[in-house]
Amino acid sequence: MGTPAAQPPSRNASAPRGDADTAVLEPDVPVIVFEGVDLAFDDKVILRNLSFTIRQGHTKIFLGASGAGKSTILKLILGLLKPDAGAIWVKGQRVDGMSEVEMMKIRHDLGMVFQEGALFDSLTVRENVGYKLYEETDLPLDQVHARVEEVLGFVGLGEHIDKAPSALSGGQRRRVAIARAMTAKPPILLYDEPTTGLDPITSVTVDAEIVKLRDLENVSTIMVTHQLRDAFYVAEHTAIRENGEVRLVPADAAKVAETEFIMLRDGEIAFEGDAHELRASSDPYLKAFLS
Amino acid sequence: MIYDWVKQALLEVQEYAKLCIAVFRGMVTRPFYFRDVIEQFDAIGLGSLTVVILTGGFTGAVLALQSGFTLDTFGARTAVGRLVSASMVKELGPVLTALMVCGRVGSGIAAELGSMMVTDQINALRALGTDPIRKLAVPRVLAGILMVPILTIVSNCVGMVGAWFITVWQLRVASSVYWNSVVDSLYMADVWMGLIKPFFLGFAIVSIGCHVGLRTSGGTQGVGRATTNAVVAGSVAVLVVDFFVTKILFSVLY
Repeated sequence: MGTPAAQPPSRNASAPRGDADTAVLEPDVPVIVFEGVDLAFDDKVILRNLSFTIRQGHTKIFLGASGAGKSTILKLILGLLKPDAGAIWVKGQRVDGMSEVEMMKIRHDLGMVFQEGALFDSLTVRENVGYKLYEETDLPLDQVHARVEEVLGFVGLGEHIDKAPSALSGGQRRRVAIARAMTAKPPILLYDEPTTGLDPITSVTVDAEIVKLRDLENVSTIMVTHQLRDAFYVAEHTAIRENGEVRLVPADAAKVAETEFIMLRDGEIAFEGDAHELRASSDPYLKAFLS
Repeated sequence: MIYDWVKQALLEVQEYAKLCIAVFRGMVTRPFYFRDVIEQFDAIGLGSLTVVILTGGFTGAVLALQSGFTLDTFGARTAVGRLVSASMVKELGPVLTALMVCGRVGSGIAAELGSMMVTDQINALRALGTDPIRKLAVPRVLAGILMVPILTIVSNCVGMVGAWFITVWQLRVASSVYWNSVVDSLYMADVWMGLIKPFFLGFAIVSIGCHVGLRTSGGTQGVGRATTNAVVAGSVAVLVVDFFVTKILFSVLY
């Protein structure tokens, strides 16, 4: 593992360089780069020589069977796990060798929606959503309250602000988790199985929030799921604002191409491409997964 | 089999030592979570008051009852206060208070942090830029270190009052004789011993609860296991730490 502030090796020409904060303001700049990442727990290999790049404002959707290592990728990005080998770059900074203290700064640019939400039981919806601003910033309280109300309004849960998470339905909890992840306006959002266990109608409301954040807030999105219907919904829809109203419409070909699918199998990439290529694939494993 | 057990035990010791170092670092460096510290003082200190008062009171009472009848055979019933105060202040007060706090607080901490571990709330804290050690462990350990001595003082006082009640109403010893006996038998070294030990015991109970809680895995079953482990390890630690601290204090104070 190299020094945390080092640049990616030259063979990865697409890796972010220079001032990271300036670089990510430009569209299509790589914000996350994995290069030859290996990870194993004892004898069980989780990821093997994994490499991919995610660009600003784009979406990467990881598919695969349970235990394929999808959620592990998100934990590696956040620095919650460290790889055995390889390099991970977030906004131009190499993070795989960073200490916990150094990672705290990187995490300001990352928002994570955990499986099942992982809301804090002892806090209200308001305190959950505003957690980062209340606890980790010196922002005046009235500004924090205003931001919390704004993001809860964005996910359509303004009236539940003073409830406990236990008083919400499964879908509402996921939407609160999305609101919590976006409160501090991170440029990159990570979703770990955001719709697993939800009914189809509620899943669509969660999918819509993901699309809205990506298209209206220019957030780079990494989504881990095995719910194909939701993955294709996110890939093939776009959010537009018309006369002050937000609508979700089918995306054009260029927009669809901004969402890439990665299918993991036994810790390796079995497929990488857009929604059309995934549907057109003749690989028997992919066909079995899609059927 | 034995190799695996030794390896696992060493790993636990290593992780516990790392937690303790991180906690001490968290106590002297920013950021501090003052609100959490106050909340834990309330939860660990005030929350344990009832159980400590009941335990202390009845321990003092039963001590007076048992020793009164034994001392009676030597015609030394009036020395009950001497025996009760020495036992409560030096040993029973600190140890019983610590054991009660361990049962109530150690298990609670392990269950709470364990639940947070298995539901990804600890990872969520880290993802939101918060160090879980500073946010969760430091306030609890601080509260344990400072509240267990205070609870011990309360327990000692209530124990002596419980013993007084039995001495006066059951053993028919005059109140003034009892209190004179209590005060006469106490030396400053005894008081120091009774006050110093709870700091170590409080640290041991809460740090073990935090360690076990933050190492929980395996869903709700894991939380149950963590709770049991925290109480068992904490209780054993109380007796072990008590022995070693007593031994050291004897060489320093007497």
